[in-house]
Amino acid sequence: MSPTIGTTGHALAVEPETGKRKLSTAKAIQEAIAQQMRSDESVFVMGEDVGPYGGIFSSTTGLIDEFGPTRIIDTPISETAFIGLGIGAAVEGMRPVVELMFADFFGVCMDQIYNHMAKIHYESGGNVQVPMVLMMATGGGYSDGAQHSQSLWGTFAHLPGMKVVVPSNPYDAKGLMTAAIRSNDPVVYMFHKGGMGLGWMKKNKHSIGAVPEEPYEVPIGRARVVREGTDVTIVTLALSVSHSLDVAEKLEQEGISVEVIDLRSLVPLDREAIIASVAKTGRLIVVDEDYQSFGLSGEVIASVAERKPELLKHVSRVCVPDVPLPYASQLEYAVLPTPARIEAAIREAIA
Amino acid sequence: MTLYPELTDDSRRELLKTMVLIRTYEEAILREYHADKSPGFDIGAGLVPGEMHLSAGQEPVAAGVCAHLTTDDALTASHRPHHLAIAKGVRLREMTAEIFGRETGLGRGRGGHMHLFDPSTHFSCSGIVAEGLPPALGSAFAFQRRGTDRVAVAVAGEGAANAGPFHESLNLAALWKLPVVFVIEDNDWGISVPRTQSTSVASNADRGAAYGIPGIRVEDNSVEGVYEAAGEAIARARAGGGPSLIEVHTLRLWGHFEGDAQGYRSDLEGVPGRDPLPTYKNALIARGVTSHDDYAAMQASAAERVEDAIDFAKGSPIPDPNDALNYVFAEGARS
Repeated sequence: MSPTIGTTGHALAVEPETGKRKLSTAKAIQEAIAQQMRSDESVFVMGEDVGPYGGIFSSTTGLIDEFGPTRIIDTPISETAFIGLGIGAAVEGMRPVVELMFADFFGVCMDQIYNHMAKIHYESGGNVQVPMVLMMATGGGYSDGAQHSQSLWGTFAHLPGMKVVVPSNPYDAKGLMTAAIRSNDPVVYMFHKGGMGLGWMKKNKHSIGAVPEEPYEVPIGRARVVREGTDVTIVTLALSVSHSLDVAEKLEQEGISVEVIDLRSLVPLDREAIIASVAKTGRLIVVDEDYQSFGLSGEVIASVAERKPELLKHVSRVCVPDVPLPYASQLEYAVLPTPARIEAAIREAIA
Repeated sequence: MTLYPELTDDSRRELLKTMVLIRTYEEAILREYHADKSPGFDIGAGLVPGEMHLSAGQEPVAAGVCAHLTTDDALTASHRPHHLAIAKGVRLREMTAEIFGRETGLGRGRGGHMHLFDPSTHFSCSGIVAEGLPPALGSAFAFQRRGTDRVAVAVAGEGAANAGPFHESLNLAALWKLPVVFVIEDNDWGISVPRTQSTSVASNADRGAAYGIPGIRVEDNSVEGVYEAAGEAIARARAGGGPSLIEVHTLRLWGHFEGDAQGYRSDLEGVPGRDPLPTYKNALIARGVTSHDDYAAMQASAAERVEDAIDFAKGSPIPDPNDALNYVFAEGARS
């Protein structure tokens, strides 16, 4: 049995030049949603505090001013009801963008997500589509404790029927949101709080970047080589892309050449891009802010191990070990994939 | 004057006819289901494998509610969905082919009897208790946004009224005045647990008051009682009056699923006497709306349609195992 290669309904999007205008990731997301809402009346936003507050992590700031409360809709704290409502509306031809405030909160509404949103297309033999975006905040690093700091993308990606995208920068954030809203499949859109460019979190230079003004798509399922190198491949995503780039830049001065691949999508996973890079370097490090076991990092390694095991001279992982994320900053940073841990992993790989 | 068509003798006969079609269907599926599972009972064996939750005894709910719906209205059902699908107008051939796991089925054999999706009649169901309610809100939301008078009906068993999605859905529907009607089928049993051991109130209809919406309980599995309660609730929803809650005291004539010996069931002896079909047939004969001959003709006509659907299913191709990965996504595929 071979995986079915479907055809997309439209030509593969071409990613445009970045231009010079700079936006934060949060503003890039807002702009993508606003542009799609202008061109498609069936698009609406729904979630907790997405209206006048603008989203707890600023994913919807200002949208209510342009589109009003009938299209930017604050909900009760009833995730099962409003995510299910989004599913039903999508089945009837609308294009909801539903925000689950934190990925950590999926526990109260997962049945609608994995048993309904993700399965209806399959169970209906392709007769019913669910064109819906489920947007959520992920990640830690600011002492929000074990229930508000998780990444969890591996959990969503493990369950079939939903596409999963995780932007690491403003350009991809806009392009992936545009693609997600236009997609006829359910797309889980997971942004990292630390990469949004928020004034009330630790600054990160990669959270502000050049973004084209016109609408464009970053194709779902395509990784990007964000830095070319020859000694080691780092496969990563989200805020860990920033850390990996910083470390790669530092080690370049020592003559260590690190290639950094930003997955951008987990489902579909761009296995070809991973294999192509490892073919060049022979050394693979997966940097992932999700839990280590049974998740993305193992899947990335298996992608190479199953298809081209002869390429692998070295494999390692820099992930959150299997522990709830601690509160005390010193404890939390002991388990997060920090630049120091990434650097140590690279040195070990080339030793 | 009521906002919905008052019952006439013609519409009474239609209700009976729908109930006969449903019962005929369920008896045929019962026959087919057990035909090739012996000796012994292997739930995964035979032309109709898997769990099978049949709806015999609950025909009054489907007939009475769906009499007020068109194919443009939406209905979400539970793990026990056949009666509602039939009354909603889902095509018997494609539905049956799905139950037989065939490529011609509603879901090309990917769904099964708890996962029937028919966009042409806006019918769907969920195998998870209470989780069919939230998607019904979404249909209602879309209908409301488009300025139509279409409605959504969410049907679930009495066990669902103790689950979170029921309460979240009632609150949200009431808050946004969504054109949705919640129908609870109280068949007294959550698999083996009687409602007296699961539910703190005598009538789930009382729970409507907690959300400021009308709630009404229909007793005695009365199809005409359902017709009237649903008629009023659906008319109110169509007119912009928001949601309502109806609970029907109905009857699970058979087991929770086929193969359920029902040893736990204290009321088993009295069950045949509560069968709504002969009760309603006899009432309508007494009223002069139907006759023994007319009823026999209804049964014959129903049997013809049902056997045609079963023949269609059995004659349909089995899905190609090489295509098992098709339809995970609408666009592209998992790499």
